[in-house]
Amino acid sequence: MDIRLDAISHAYGETEVLRDISLEIPAGRIVCLVGPSGCGKSTLLRLIGGLERASQGRVLQLGTPPADCLNPLTYIFQDFALLPWRSVQGNISLVLEDHGIRGARADATIDDVLARTKLSDFSNALPRQLSGGMKQRVAIARALAVNPAVMLMDEPLSALDSQTRELLMDDLVALWTRQPFTAVYVTHNLAEAVRLGHYIVVLSRRPGAIREIVEIDKPLGARGYGDADLEVIQKHLWDLMREEARAADEELLDV
Amino acid sequence: MSDAAHKSQPIEVRFRGGGFAPKSPRWVGFAVFIVLIAGIEIATQTGFISSLTLPKPSDVLAAFGELWETGLLFKHLAPSLSRLAIGGAIGASIGIAVGVMIGLFSYVRAGLVPLVAAIFPIPKIALLPLFVIWFGIDEASKYALIAFGTFTPTVVATYGAVDNVDRSLIRMGQSFGLSWFSIVRKIVLPGAMPGILSGLRISLAIAIILLVAAEMLGAEYGIGAYILQAGSLYDLERLFAGVVILSLLGVILSTVIGLIEKRLLAWRS
Repeated sequence: MDIRLDAISHAYGETEVLRDISLEIPAGRIVCLVGPSGCGKSTLLRLIGGLERASQGRVLQLGTPPADCLNPLTYIFQDFALLPWRSVQGNISLVLEDHGIRGARADATIDDVLARTKLSDFSNALPRQLSGGMKQRVAIARALAVNPAVMLMDEPLSALDSQTRELLMDDLVALWTRQPFTAVYVTHNLAEAVRLGHYIVVLSRRPGAIREIVEIDKPLGARGYGDADLEVIQKHLWDLMREEARAADEELLDV
Repeated sequence: MSDAAHKSQPIEVRFRGGGFAPKSPRWVGFAVFIVLIAGIEIATQTGFISSLTLPKPSDVLAAFGELWETGLLFKHLAPSLSRLAIGGAIGASIGIAVGVMIGLFSYVRAGLVPLVAAIFPIPKIALLPLFVIWFGIDEASKYALIAFGTFTPTVVATYGAVDNVDRSLIRMGQSFGLSWFSIVRKIVLPGAMPGILSGLRISLAIAIILLVAAEMLGAEYGIGAYILQAGSLYDLERLFAGVVILSLLGVILSTVIGLIEKRLLAWRS
């Protein structure tokens, strides 16, 4: 299933946050959205998943999601959004219960996604017992449990320390290599973008508009920490953003 | 570092952290009670405090023993407990229901928040004659008074607790396609539970206060009635015995809520 953004513009009251964004998100590819802070990249992600309504323009699904897909557009949040009163297993079963999946069927799915995210030993732990990296892996497992057609990832690694971030990036690459998924990945971290993105969409500062789309051909599995060719792309992205990031930083927040 | 700095004696860095983390060792609470009561006992025995000012704790204990031996204790305790349980349960459950509705629906919020704010400061005791007219002099008016008194603080605590539920968890529920009812049942209510329970602590203490007021009218038996009878005769020993029973009731209720919190909110600490 592909996603097409058709001339999306969005404003909060008088403040225009996004201007005329048209974009294709092809199936089986990871599209990274980068841009200076406050450029509306997280807003765009909420629009794509239907958590907010665009002032103008439409978000279109092209094709139908696979039959076993419970929740076509599934988010992974920066703050993990795990229910603190439910165990790891309970947090995953939460999203299955409403689809009538309980008992043995739910257990099979939960066991499978926990194995894929290397969490099998922690199924009864409570979120407060887990480190940040583990919490995000639980959130990834929860997202995998509903077989999403498109994963919408809102700065999923930003709340983590840099070593955990590296480890989780490797995990995401391994998951994608095993079974390619479609994703929109919002980040302000350019290193993450060049490691995980097939396409990198650079947004300008508010009102966010597409400045450039950079395509990286190198397969995800072959990319590594500090690769020279990726560094070149990262530098190019930073050159695109530098001035705008500075200007965005100096803006007053609630204009 | 310069040479001059090396020559002077090293000074250990002064510790200036710590504190601001009160703990409560169990025995301290008991010790305070015991010291206080023993002090009063000694002072009244020696005549430092006259028996008109404060009754001797031993005499209060004797009055309590008399209550126990004559079987009057349970005759007074049983109707009080049932009034407390029924009135408190009605008030708390309606309060939680209304509070959740205020927390969820804009119109209910707009309509009821000012009303609750208007009802809250009314001393419910002042409305006792009204309740008697509405519900009669029997048990119903006593239930109503206690229920009404527990209702308002429960509502305020509950809608505050619902407001404080992490919105990002609710967005998460929506993003996974959970139904409205599931979100309320599995995210909003458990998330509001800490606030609701700490609200109940206050509401139930108010219920005990109102128990005495409710038994002012037309109650033959009940802890409140017993205290009021003793009070009108200036029988301080019995008055104090009754007051001690109310205090114990408060401690027991608070302990019970503590146990419920421990069970329901084990996920917290």
